[in-house]
Amino acid sequence: MFGYYLDMALHSLKRNRMLTALMVLAIALGIGASMTTLTVLHVLSGDPLPGTSQTLFYPQLEPRDMDGYQPAEEPPDQLTWIDGMNLLHAKRADRQALMTGGRVPVQPAQPSMDPFYSDARYTTADFFPMFKVPMLYGRPWSYADDDSKARVAVISSKLNDKLFSGRDSTGQTLLLGDSAVRIVGVLDRWRPNPHFYDVNIGGSYAQTEDVFLPLSTSRDLKLANSGMMNCWGGHNDHLEIAPCTWLQFWVQLDSPAKAAAYRQYLTHYSQEQKGLGRFQRPANVRLRDLMGWLDYQQVVPSDVRLQTWLAFGFLLVCLVNTVGLMLAKFMRRAGELGVRRALGASKRALFLQLLVESGVIGLSGGVCGLLLAFLGLWLVRQRASSYAALAHLDLSMLLTTFLLAIGASLIAGLLPAWRACQITPALQLKSN
Amino acid sequence: MEIRPILSTLGRHKVTAWLVIIEIALTCAIVCNAVFLISQRIERMNMVSGIAEHELVEIQLANLGIRPDARARTQEDLAALRQLPGVTQVSLANQMPFSSSETNNSLKLDPTQKLPTLTVAMYWGENLAQTMGTQLVAGRNLREDDFRDIDAVDKAAGAGDPNDKALPQVMVITRAVADKLWPGENPLGRLIYFGKTPETVVGVVAHLVRPRSLLQGAEFSFLVPIRSVAGDGSIYLLRTAPEDRQRVLKAALAALKVLDPRRVVIEKRTFDDVRSEFFQNDRAMTGLLVGVCVALLVVTALGIVGLGSFWVAQRRRTIGVRRALGATRANILHYFQTENFLLATIGIAIGMVLAFAINLFLMLHYELPRLPGIYFPVGAVLLWSIGQLAVLGPALRAAAVPPVVATRSV
Repeated sequence: MFGYYLDMALHSLKRNRMLTALMVLAIALGIGASMTTLTVLHVLSGDPLPGTSQTLFYPQLEPRDMDGYQPAEEPPDQLTWIDGMNLLHAKRADRQALMTGGRVPVQPAQPSMDPFYSDARYTTADFFPMFKVPMLYGRPWSYADDDSKARVAVISSKLNDKLFSGRDSTGQTLLLGDSAVRIVGVLDRWRPNPHFYDVNIGGSYAQTEDVFLPLSTSRDLKLANSGMMNCWGGHNDHLEIAPCTWLQFWVQLDSPAKAAAYRQYLTHYSQEQKGLGRFQRPANVRLRDLMGWLDYQQVVPSDVRLQTWLAFGFLLVCLVNTVGLMLAKFMRRAGELGVRRALGASKRALFLQLLVESGVIGLSGGVCGLLLAFLGLWLVRQRASSYAALAHLDLSMLLTTFLLAIGASLIAGLLPAWRACQITPALQLKSN
Repeated sequence: MEIRPILSTLGRHKVTAWLVIIEIALTCAIVCNAVFLISQRIERMNMVSGIAEHELVEIQLANLGIRPDARARTQEDLAALRQLPGVTQVSLANQMPFSSSETNNSLKLDPTQKLPTLTVAMYWGENLAQTMGTQLVAGRNLREDDFRDIDAVDKAAGAGDPNDKALPQVMVITRAVADKLWPGENPLGRLIYFGKTPETVVGVVAHLVRPRSLLQGAEFSFLVPIRSVAGDGSIYLLRTAPEDRQRVLKAALAALKVLDPRRVVIEKRTFDDVRSEFFQNDRAMTGLLVGVCVALLVVTALGIVGLGSFWVAQRRRTIGVRRALGATRANILHYFQTENFLLATIGIAIGMVLAFAINLFLMLHYELPRLPGIYFPVGAVLLWSIGQLAVLGPALRAAAVPPVVATRSV
């Protein structure tokens, strides 16, 4: 029976090619636009470390003086050197890493290559195991390296390809300006999105840095920092003692109980610092988990959200348009349907037949829409935004598109088919 | 034109009629807001920077390793750049409008007040105002003897004496800051406090946009008399005739390379490129919004054409009867035009309410101003015209139905 309905549907659709094309195109445009924007939104608001993110937390403290104090204000987004080092050395979490961004001058050993600047991350040993960073060669540096300001580095596979043609470069020397460091490890491909551990760099979706150095070493070598820095009290020539927040600190806490204990520890620490006179404001701490932190920082660009709203508005108009056209088309066939009813076809049979017809439209629209979404994402990737390259359709989004197409076709078909079945056969026969 | 028969006909096609109305309403609401967003973006992209954009090129260098005697080397660089043919002004700026990083400072009007009055972007660099080409509207520009070396300023700030003469004593502000701090009054000679350090306003420039946080007061900028040192993100700025920019950029890079080859070029571009890169997302968004508006209007118009055609085909017999009873072609044509006008009017009325609601939502979530009233009549006229244009084809076809149809059975 379904084959017959399909045959009838195709026959009916062929009678009005222009109109059929218009309906398919409207659905396709709507679905193409909404899938493109939804995919971008999905990619940008995704979990950078699935499976791990719920055990990662970002502690915040309130170290500022009373100048400009307002109750109920959020504490600063970053830590000072003193607090960062205190929390790091307290080792109250399962793992912890202190870090900041930087830029380092790289001088290739090959005379044929010009020196260049690379983005760097200055951090501490736990960074790699805590964020589950995959290593291609060698291993990260150790706590001892952090303490001794060892001249060691971990580099990205991209830099390894560029400088060492992808060979195992552990043990080799990397020349950073006037200083030489020894490469101890090479990362495998790793690009968490968003660049969650420091969202102030490169519009939140920055590429992974090429050079990783111990934070202590970077200070010793006087390497340049980059990223956000907030100071108060006007005294900032020595970052180690300056009243400035410029470090990100992440901790791993494997259970909710540990997280609660750590939050308590932060409050306790703040009160202790206030007792010592270092802190002046009342204790004000935060311990957001990774996704909570990204949400608080509003990393997803507002334009992307706006585009998604816009695309769904567009889809709605396209659907209303198709419903209207299909309804008009079905109602016009009232006579024909009346004859079929009079000859014994049940309401159900008519309904199914009309639904098949609208389903064909919806599904073709969905398939065309999917193609349009691929085109749309290709267009997004041509843009210069830092996140442009990430806009790819993954399996879950493919499935969503499929569901959206089916849903759209059903919505577009149900009402017209139902309305058309409500006709009274006798009236239709008589009127003609 | 008699409206009652139209209404009674529409009453028999309630669902279809409502679908047209909803489509027009949604289109109206979305297009109104989208056009408003476009106008906002265009306004943003055309933001006045206050500097001679078409005459400026910038070069940003980074040292390979520590550079001894940075101050003297910077002076050497600047002297060499000044010598280049075609270069009229040279400066080393700490930051520039529409760039990726920003240095801000909070100011107070009274050193004892608890909360800062304003957070402003700080521009510094010798000869910077002259090179950027800011337009002085009151007072004077910064003078040679106003300037302090950045190292000395850092040291004095660290020592903590707010009245240390090594700190800058004067500054130039924008008119936007003057109007904000002292509306309607003369800003010259007024004191502003950074921390506890007082500085005197000696000049006002017409415009100077801040590097990037444009939402926090686009022109809240200061020019302070500090000499920068090359490195750490500072920018060599050269002013020249628009047609010489590429040549000057090349010559300047070569000259700097000769003076110290152990440097890497981070950025080299004209200021036109700076602006175009800074606003690329706005440009993309504008393109997208325009595309959606056009697509929406086309889809709606085609929907009206399709529906109109159906109705005309469905009513062929009725039209024939009316024609046979004496209705002219014009009567039939007007019938369908009036029908469309009625549907569009209801749609527009609902659309306006919806547009207002969407605008409220956007104001809440996207820091957008209120939709100006002018959008409502313009949007209405636009949708009316599109409706009339779309229905014209089917209506003409209806008018062409000959009266003889009435005498024929199906």
